[in-house]
Amino acid sequence: MSFIMYLINGISLGSVYAIIALGYTMVYGIAKMLNFAHGDVIMIGSYISFVTFSQMGLGPVPAVVISIVVCTALGMIIERVAYKPLRKAVSPLAVLITAIGVSYLLQNVALLVFGANPVSYVSMIAVPPLKLAGGELTITGITVITIVLCLVIMGVLMVFIKKTKAGQAMLAVSEDKDAAQLMGVNVNGTIALTFAIGSGLAAIAGILLCSAYPTLTPYTGAMPGIKAFTAAVFGGIGSIPGALVGGILLGVIEILGRAYISSQLSDAIVFAVLIIVLLVKPTGILGKPIFEKV
Amino acid sequence: MAMLEVKNIEVYYGVIRAIKGISFEVNQGEVIALIGANGAGKTTTLQTITGMLSPKSGEVLFEGVDITKIPGHKIVGMGMAHVPEGRRVFAQLSVLENLRLGAYTVKEPTQVEKSLERVYTSFPRLAERKNQMAGTLSGGEQQMLAMGRALMSQPRLICMDEPSMGLSPILVDEIFKIITNISSTGTTVLLVEQNAKKALSIADRAYVLETGNIVLEGKASELLNNEDIKKAYLGE
Ligand SMILES: Nc1ncnc2c1ncn2[C@@H]1O[C@H](COP(=O)(O)OP(=O)(O)OP(=O)(O)O)[C@@H](O)[C@H]1O
Ligand SMILES: [Mg+2]
Repeated sequence: MSFIMYLINGISLGSVYAIIALGYTMVYGIAKMLNFAHGDVIMIGSYISFVTFSQMGLGPVPAVVISIVVCTALGMIIERVAYKPLRKAVSPLAVLITAIGVSYLLQNVALLVFGANPVSYVSMIAVPPLKLAGGELTITGITVITIVLCLVIMGVLMVFIKKTKAGQAMLAVSEDKDAAQLMGVNVNGTIALTFAIGSGLAAIAGILLCSAYPTLTPYTGAMPGIKAFTAAVFGGIGSIPGALVGGILLGVIEILGRAYISSQLSDAIVFAVLIIVLLVKPTGILGKPIFEKV
Repeated sequence: MAMLEVKNIEVYYGVIRAIKGISFEVNQGEVIALIGANGAGKTTTLQTITGMLSPKSGEVLFEGVDITKIPGHKIVGMGMAHVPEGRRVFAQLSVLENLRLGAYTVKEPTQVEKSLERVYTSFPRLAERKNQMAGTLSGGEQQMLAMGRALMSQPRLICMDEPSMGLSPILVDEIFKIITNISSTGTTVLLVEQNAKKALSIADRAYVLETGNIVLEGKASELLNNEDIKKAYLGE
């Protein structure tokens, strides 16, 4: 029974990684850059929902909405101010270093505004636990919500990309910016939209993460950010189903590793598996081979 | 008034002056050929017209409107489509998805369906392969897709950059037949080609580009018999 418990917890943690990984993978797919500040957007989103829900006493719905709106705006501002001017830069390193800089900036702003002391995040998800197998197996409400929400988000996103004009424009931009522009696609607008979606999802991920692991500091976003980035690479960066598969596998490996091998080594195990996967399949589990242009 | 007026444009890549102040015009209903050797500046000229590049000086007027400063993505919606060099189809999308992207600026769904029908009629091969990934099409099929995709926006002027590049002689003939058909339905054509003989045989007028300058212009039929052209471009 405890194995199943660990497995479900792993899937739940992995669902959070998957939602964060979406932000990395979509931005990478479309803007061809690694947005290392993504994890810190999660942290900001968590503080926003903490302040609105626990300190200002707003209801859970407005707290969630405000957090999503702030993160979406923040993502778009970061893109506009820090990354867009570098889009034509000669070296892709310039953007990478800028992203790392933005990451530190967000952490330090949070340090300044919210202080270094951890705050206890109060979960706003009041769903009763699910009792299975005649009460032998108890799954917390937040676990259920996280898994369901992750699947819903994935589904909606895939339909959005496959079926809407904006989604098709995203695919076109990810393959060939110039050709997309010739079709009439506003490339800058499409990249901004991608950042908006990724950052909005980061807010949701932050709330789910802090509800399950309720210690919030200005560095809360860093480790999940790196792990979700790992998950994105694991599943195949640029691939949306890859984010799901990579995220969940990563969560399960982490939780099982912590339970059965060593809690100190669980992170090391996660990254060791990543290295092995990349050695065997450099494009990740669901990564497509890069097409050569004819 | 000409449909397209290019007035004294100069285009730079960094410090390199690729287009050195050229002017030409395309009238409604014409097929205009722009010919020249490798590196003459044909692609640069087309990209400047359709807003992928901006000229350092000079202007481009389309149907009387100055489009020089208009962002590139707005130009196709104004009625000018561009079939880029090297086809540039979206390899990982299906043929149908590529075609629908071609109609990205078309608002009315019924118009999109109408265009789709028309493109399928002109290119039956695309209809057969509508669910195939574009990257798996043959070179000739990709060229047809690139042309069909541009036609999806219902352009009044279509600019094509070396549509015959890399194709077998039979396919080259087919592509030129298609261009003639496009022209006969009332669409104006600006055709960039290295295959000067073929291009001149279907064009009304032509301009010859040499290292960023227009060195010769005239009726296509006259240029076909021009001694310099014969020597330099027709291999006679
Ligand atoms: N991105 C670029 N950066 C720098 N120089 C460029 C660039 N693109 C083209 N050029 C230069 O500008 C000149 C014109 O190039 P362009 O591609 O317009 O020629 P073209 O006539 O289309 O040639 P081709 O028949 O080979 O396609 C060439 O000298 C080329 O080297
Ligand atoms: Mg060219």
